[in-house]
Amino acid sequence: MTESVVTEALRAQLGVDGPETVHEVTSTGCRMFARAVGHTDLVFYDRDAARHRGYRDILAPPGYLGTPVYLPRMAGAVRVGKDLDVPYPRVLNGGTTYEYVEPVCAGDVIVSRTRTTEFQERTGSIGPMLIVFRETTYRRQTDGTVVARMYGNTIHY
Amino acid sequence: MAGQVYYEDIQVGDPIPVLRKNCSTLQLVAWAGASGDFYQIHYDVEFARRTGLSNIIVHGALKNAFLGQLLHDWVSPEGRIEKFGCQYRGMDYPDQDIMCSGVITRKYVEGDRHLVELDVWTENPSGQKTSPGTARVSLPSRG
Repeated sequence: MTESVVTEALRAQLGVDGPETVHEVTSTGCRMFARAVGHTDLVFYDRDAARHRGYRDILAPPGYLGTPVYLPRMAGAVRVGKDLDVPYPRVLNGGTTYEYVEPVCAGDVIVSRTRTTEFQERTGSIGPMLIVFRETTYRRQTDGTVVARMYGNTIHY
Repeated sequence: MAGQVYYEDIQVGDPIPVLRKNCSTLQLVAWAGASGDFYQIHYDVEFARRTGLSNIIVHGALKNAFLGQLLHDWVSPEGRIEKFGCQYRGMDYPDQDIMCSGVITRKYVEGDRHLVELDVWTENPSGQKTSPGTARVSLPSRG
Protein backbone atom coordinates (compact mmCIF):
# COMPACT_ATOMS: atom_id res chain seq x y z
CA MET A 1 0.00 0.00 0.00
CA THR A 2 1.35 3.40 -0.94
CA GLU A 3 1.43 6.23 1.54
CA SER A 4 -1.93 7.90 2.20
CA VAL A 5 -2.74 10.99 0.15
CA VAL A 6 -5.47 12.02 2.56
CA THR A 7 -3.78 14.94 4.33
CA GLU A 8 -5.01 16.65 7.48
CA ALA A 9 -6.24 19.50 5.27
CA LEU A 10 -8.33 17.08 3.20
CA ARG A 11 -9.62 15.27 6.25
CA ALA A 12 -10.67 18.60 7.75
CA GLN A 13 -13.13 19.01 4.84
CA LEU A 14 -15.11 15.93 5.80
CA GLY A 15 -18.67 16.81 6.74
CA VAL A 16 -18.23 20.52 6.03
CA ASP A 17 -20.97 22.05 3.87
CA GLY A 18 -19.63 23.83 0.78
CA PRO A 19 -21.01 27.10 -0.62
CA GLU A 20 -24.62 27.44 -1.73
CA THR A 21 -25.55 27.03 -5.38
CA VAL A 22 -28.89 28.35 -6.63
CA HIS A 23 -30.70 26.28 -9.29
CA GLU A 24 -33.74 27.46 -11.23
CA VAL A 25 -36.23 24.79 -12.27
CA THR A 26 -37.90 26.33 -15.31
CA SER A 27 -40.49 24.89 -17.68
CA THR A 28 -38.02 25.31 -20.54
CA GLY A 29 -35.27 23.60 -18.54
CA CYS A 30 -37.58 20.66 -17.77
CA ARG A 31 -38.53 20.32 -21.43
CA MET A 32 -34.92 20.57 -22.65
CA PHE A 33 -33.81 17.90 -20.20
CA ALA A 34 -36.75 15.60 -20.93
CA ARG A 35 -36.27 16.03 -24.68
CA ALA A 36 -32.52 15.31 -24.43
CA VAL A 37 -33.27 12.05 -22.59
CA GLY A 38 -36.11 11.10 -24.95
CA HIS A 39 -38.96 11.16 -22.44
CA THR A 40 -42.41 10.84 -24.01
CA ASP A 41 -44.57 11.47 -20.91
CA LEU A 42 -46.31 14.85 -21.26
CA VAL A 43 -45.98 15.38 -17.50
CA PHE A 44 -42.46 16.71 -18.27
CA TYR A 45 -43.63 19.03 -21.05
CA ASP A 46 -47.16 20.28 -20.51
CA ARG A 47 -48.52 22.16 -17.50
CA ASP A 48 -52.10 20.97 -17.92
CA ALA A 49 -50.96 17.33 -18.20
CA ALA A 50 -48.86 17.74 -15.05
CA ARG A 51 -51.70 19.38 -13.08
CA HIS A 52 -54.10 16.70 -14.24
CA ARG A 53 -51.72 14.20 -12.58
CA GLY A 54 -51.68 16.15 -9.32
CA TYR A 55 -48.45 18.10 -9.71
CA ARG A 56 -48.17 21.85 -9.07
CA ASP A 57 -46.60 22.43 -12.49
CA ILE A 58 -44.50 20.63 -15.09
CA LEU A 59 -42.61 17.83 -13.30
CA ALA A 60 -38.82 17.96 -13.38
CA PRO A 61 -37.61 14.75 -15.06
CA PRO A 62 -35.63 12.23 -12.97
CA GLY A 63 -32.11 13.56 -12.46
CA TYR A 64 -32.99 17.19 -13.19
CA LEU A 65 -32.81 19.47 -10.18
CA GLY A 66 -32.70 22.77 -12.03
CA THR A 67 -30.06 24.73 -13.86
CA PRO A 68 -27.42 26.55 -11.77
CA VAL A 69 -27.72 30.30 -12.16
CA TYR A 70 -24.82 31.51 -14.28
CA LEU A 71 -23.34 35.00 -14.23
CA PRO A 72 -20.54 36.02 -16.61
CA ARG A 73 -18.24 37.19 -13.83
CA MET A 74 -18.38 33.85 -12.06
CA ALA A 75 -15.35 31.62 -12.17
CA GLY A 76 -15.75 28.90 -14.79
CA ALA A 77 -17.84 25.98 -13.67
CA VAL A 78 -15.79 23.74 -11.41
CA ARG A 79 -15.46 20.37 -13.10
CA VAL A 80 -16.78 17.56 -11.01
CA GLY A 81 -14.16 16.36 -8.56
CA LYS A 82 -11.85 19.34 -9.08
CA ASP A 83 -12.97 21.15 -5.94
CA LEU A 84 -10.53 19.32 -3.66
CA ASP A 85 -6.73 19.50 -3.59
CA VAL A 86 -6.00 15.88 -4.50
CA PRO A 87 -2.53 14.88 -5.75
CA TYR A 88 -3.80 12.87 -8.73
CA PRO A 89 -4.12 14.50 -12.17
CA ARG A 90 -7.09 12.53 -13.53
CA VAL A 91 -10.64 12.26 -12.32
CA LEU A 92 -13.59 10.10 -13.33
CA ASN A 93 -17.18 10.50 -12.25
CA GLY A 94 -17.77 7.22 -10.43
CA GLY A 95 -21.53 7.31 -10.02
CA THR A 96 -24.58 9.25 -8.96
CA THR A 97 -27.70 8.45 -6.95
CA TYR A 98 -30.71 10.74 -6.57
CA GLU A 99 -33.13 10.51 -3.67
CA TYR A 100 -36.40 12.44 -3.90
CA VAL A 101 -38.19 13.62 -0.81
CA GLU A 102 -40.78 15.70 -2.67
CA PRO A 103 -41.61 16.23 -6.34
CA VAL A 104 -39.61 19.02 -7.98
CA CYS A 105 -41.63 21.15 -10.41
CA ALA A 106 -41.16 24.05 -12.81
CA GLY A 107 -41.13 27.31 -10.89
CA ASP A 108 -39.14 25.92 -7.97
CA VAL A 109 -35.90 27.64 -6.99
CA ILE A 110 -33.55 25.24 -5.25
CA VAL A 111 -30.50 25.91 -3.10
CA SER A 112 -27.94 23.13 -2.90
CA ARG A 113 -24.93 22.53 -0.68
CA THR A 114 -22.41 19.73 -1.07
CA ARG A 115 -20.21 18.10 1.53
CA THR A 116 -17.55 15.43 1.34
CA THR A 117 -18.55 12.43 3.40
CA GLU A 118 -15.78 9.85 2.94
CA PHE A 119 -12.38 9.15 1.41
CA GLN A 120 -11.43 5.65 0.30
CA GLU A 121 -7.96 4.74 -0.93
CA ARG A 122 -7.57 1.70 -3.15
CA THR A 123 -5.16 0.22 -5.64
CA GLY A 124 -6.79 -1.08 -8.80
CA SER A 125 -5.92 -1.90 -12.40
CA ILE A 126 -5.26 1.80 -13.05
CA GLY A 127 -2.92 2.06 -10.04
CA PRO A 128 -3.48 3.83 -6.73
CA MET A 129 -6.67 5.85 -6.53
CA LEU A 130 -8.62 8.00 -4.15
CA ILE A 131 -12.41 7.74 -4.17
CA VAL A 132 -14.20 10.79 -2.81
CA PHE A 133 -17.82 10.41 -1.70
CA ARG A 134 -20.09 13.46 -1.59
CA GLU A 135 -23.62 14.26 -0.54
CA THR A 136 -25.56 17.23 -1.89
CA THR A 137 -28.74 18.46 -0.21
CA TYR A 138 -31.32 20.37 -2.28
CA ARG A 139 -33.72 22.70 -0.48
CA ARG A 140 -36.63 24.70 -1.88
CA GLN A 141 -35.65 28.35 -1.47
CA THR A 142 -39.10 29.57 -0.43
CA ASP A 143 -39.50 27.39 2.67
CA GLY A 144 -36.21 25.54 3.16
CA THR A 145 -37.85 22.12 2.65
CA VAL A 146 -35.40 19.41 1.62
CA VAL A 147 -36.70 18.16 -1.73
CA ALA A 148 -33.86 15.87 -2.80
CA ARG A 149 -30.41 14.55 -2.03
CA MET A 150 -27.69 13.44 -4.39
CA TYR A 151 -24.98 10.96 -3.50
CA GLY A 152 -21.99 10.87 -5.81
CA ASN A 153 -18.40 9.76 -5.97
CA THR A 154 -15.38 10.73 -8.01
CA ILE A 155 -12.35 8.53 -8.68
CA HIS A 156 -8.98 10.31 -8.65
CA TYR A 157 -5.95 8.48 -10.07
CA MET B 1 -46.46 3.05 -21.77
CA ALA B 2 -48.53 0.09 -20.65
CA GLY B 3 -51.26 0.38 -18.00
CA GLN B 4 -50.66 1.11 -14.33
CA VAL B 5 -48.57 -1.43 -12.40
CA TYR B 6 -49.87 -2.14 -8.88
CA TYR B 7 -47.92 -3.32 -5.85
CA GLU B 8 -49.90 -6.56 -5.66
CA ASP B 9 -49.12 -7.42 -9.29
CA ILE B 10 -45.36 -7.75 -8.96
CA GLN B 11 -43.05 -10.30 -7.31
CA VAL B 12 -39.39 -10.36 -6.31
CA GLY B 13 -37.40 -11.61 -9.28
CA ASP B 14 -39.71 -10.10 -11.88
CA PRO B 15 -38.01 -8.12 -14.64
CA ILE B 16 -39.51 -4.80 -15.70
CA PRO B 17 -39.99 -3.88 -19.39
CA VAL B 18 -36.68 -3.16 -21.10
CA LEU B 19 -36.04 0.31 -22.52
CA ARG B 20 -33.83 0.42 -25.62
CA LYS B 21 -31.85 3.61 -26.19
CA ASN B 22 -29.42 4.48 -28.97
CA CYS B 23 -27.74 7.88 -28.86
CA SER B 24 -27.08 9.94 -31.95
CA THR B 25 -24.37 12.58 -31.68
CA LEU B 26 -27.25 15.08 -31.87
CA GLN B 27 -28.68 13.61 -28.68
CA LEU B 28 -25.32 13.97 -26.91
CA VAL B 29 -25.16 17.64 -27.89
CA ALA B 30 -28.75 18.16 -26.71
CA TRP B 31 -27.80 16.51 -23.41
CA ALA B 32 -24.69 18.69 -23.05
CA GLY B 33 -26.89 21.77 -23.35
CA ALA B 34 -29.64 20.48 -21.08
CA SER B 35 -27.34 19.19 -18.35
CA GLY B 36 -24.61 21.83 -18.57
CA ASP B 37 -21.89 19.18 -18.99
CA PHE B 38 -19.83 20.60 -21.84
CA TYR B 39 -16.81 18.29 -21.50
CA GLN B 40 -15.59 17.85 -25.09
CA ILE B 41 -15.03 14.06 -24.88
CA HIS B 42 -18.79 13.80 -25.43
CA TYR B 43 -19.04 15.64 -28.79
CA ASP B 44 -15.57 16.46 -30.20
CA VAL B 45 -14.00 13.35 -31.75
CA GLU B 46 -10.52 14.86 -32.10
CA PHE B 47 -10.57 16.00 -28.49
CA ALA B 48 -11.74 12.58 -27.34
CA ARG B 49 -8.96 10.84 -29.31
CA ARG B 50 -6.31 13.13 -27.81
CA THR B 51 -7.37 11.89 -24.38
CA GLY B 52 -6.86 8.29 -25.49
CA LEU B 53 -10.46 7.37 -26.28
CA SER B 54 -11.36 5.66 -29.56
CA ASN B 55 -14.47 7.79 -30.07
CA ILE B 56 -16.72 10.22 -28.25
CA ILE B 57 -18.51 8.56 -25.34
CA VAL B 58 -22.03 8.80 -23.92
CA HIS B 59 -22.27 10.89 -20.73
CA GLY B 60 -22.57 8.71 -17.62
CA ALA B 61 -25.25 11.04 -16.28
CA LEU B 62 -27.29 10.54 -19.47
CA LYS B 63 -27.24 6.77 -18.91
CA ASN B 64 -28.37 7.43 -15.35
CA ALA B 65 -31.20 9.57 -16.75
CA PHE B 66 -32.13 6.68 -19.09
CA LEU B 67 -32.54 4.53 -15.97
CA GLY B 68 -34.75 7.32 -14.62
CA GLN B 69 -36.87 7.06 -17.78
CA LEU B 70 -37.00 3.26 -17.48
CA LEU B 71 -38.35 3.56 -13.93
CA HIS B 72 -40.65 6.52 -14.59
CA ASP B 73 -42.34 4.79 -17.53
CA TRP B 74 -42.78 1.62 -15.47
CA VAL B 75 -44.37 3.24 -12.38
CA SER B 76 -46.45 5.89 -14.19
CA PRO B 77 -48.90 7.41 -13.92
CA GLU B 78 -49.52 6.85 -10.20
CA GLY B 79 -46.20 5.51 -8.89
CA ARG B 80 -43.22 7.62 -7.90
CA ILE B 81 -39.47 7.20 -8.15
CA GLU B 82 -38.07 7.67 -4.65
CA LYS B 83 -34.41 6.88 -5.30
CA PHE B 84 -32.32 5.77 -8.24
CA GLY B 85 -28.72 5.81 -9.30
CA CYS B 86 -25.84 3.88 -10.79
CA GLN B 87 -22.10 3.51 -10.96
CA TYR B 88 -20.33 4.48 -14.18
CA ARG B 89 -18.34 1.30 -14.84
CA GLY B 90 -17.97 1.15 -18.60
CA MET B 91 -18.19 3.34 -21.66
CA ASP B 92 -20.96 3.47 -24.23
CA TYR B 93 -20.66 4.99 -27.68
CA PRO B 94 -23.05 6.79 -30.03
CA ASP B 95 -25.06 4.74 -32.52
CA GLN B 96 -24.90 1.61 -30.34
CA ASP B 97 -27.81 0.14 -28.42
CA ILE B 98 -27.94 0.83 -24.71
CA MET B 99 -30.41 -1.60 -23.17
CA CYS B 100 -31.87 -0.38 -19.87
CA SER B 101 -33.19 -3.10 -17.57
CA GLY B 102 -34.40 -3.73 -14.06
CA VAL B 103 -35.25 -6.65 -11.77
CA ILE B 104 -37.28 -6.45 -8.56
CA THR B 105 -35.20 -7.36 -5.50
CA ARG B 106 -37.55 -6.51 -2.61
CA LYS B 107 -41.11 -5.36 -1.90
CA TYR B 108 -42.40 -4.10 1.42
CA VAL B 109 -44.90 -1.78 3.05
CA GLU B 110 -43.73 1.13 5.19
CA GLY B 111 -46.50 3.19 6.74
CA ASP B 112 -48.87 3.84 3.84
CA ARG B 113 -46.15 3.51 1.21
CA HIS B 114 -45.92 0.40 -0.96
CA LEU B 115 -42.25 0.20 -1.82
CA VAL B 116 -40.31 -1.78 -4.37
CA GLU B 117 -36.55 -2.03 -4.67
CA LEU B 118 -34.82 -2.98 -7.88
CA ASP B 119 -31.45 -3.65 -9.43
CA VAL B 120 -31.19 -1.54 -12.59
CA TRP B 121 -28.50 -1.34 -15.24
CA THR B 122 -27.55 -0.37 -18.75
CA GLU B 123 -26.00 -2.98 -21.00
CA ASN B 124 -23.83 -2.53 -24.10
CA PRO B 125 -23.99 -4.70 -27.26
CA SER B 126 -21.34 -7.05 -25.78
CA GLY B 127 -23.62 -7.78 -22.83
CA GLN B 128 -21.53 -5.83 -20.30
CA LYS B 129 -23.36 -3.92 -17.58
CA THR B 130 -21.84 -0.48 -18.08
CA SER B 131 -23.96 1.31 -15.45
CA PRO B 132 -25.13 -1.00 -12.65
CA GLY B 133 -27.34 0.60 -10.02
CA THR B 134 -30.27 0.32 -7.66
CA ALA B 135 -33.62 2.03 -7.24
CA ARG B 136 -36.58 2.38 -4.88
CA VAL B 137 -40.04 3.26 -6.15
CA SER B 138 -43.48 3.48 -4.61
CA LEU B 139 -46.44 1.88 -6.37
CA PRO B 140 -50.17 2.29 -5.89
CA SER B 141 -51.95 -0.52 -4.06
CA ARG B 142 -55.18 -2.23 -5.08
CA GLY B 143 -55.95 -2.44 -1.36
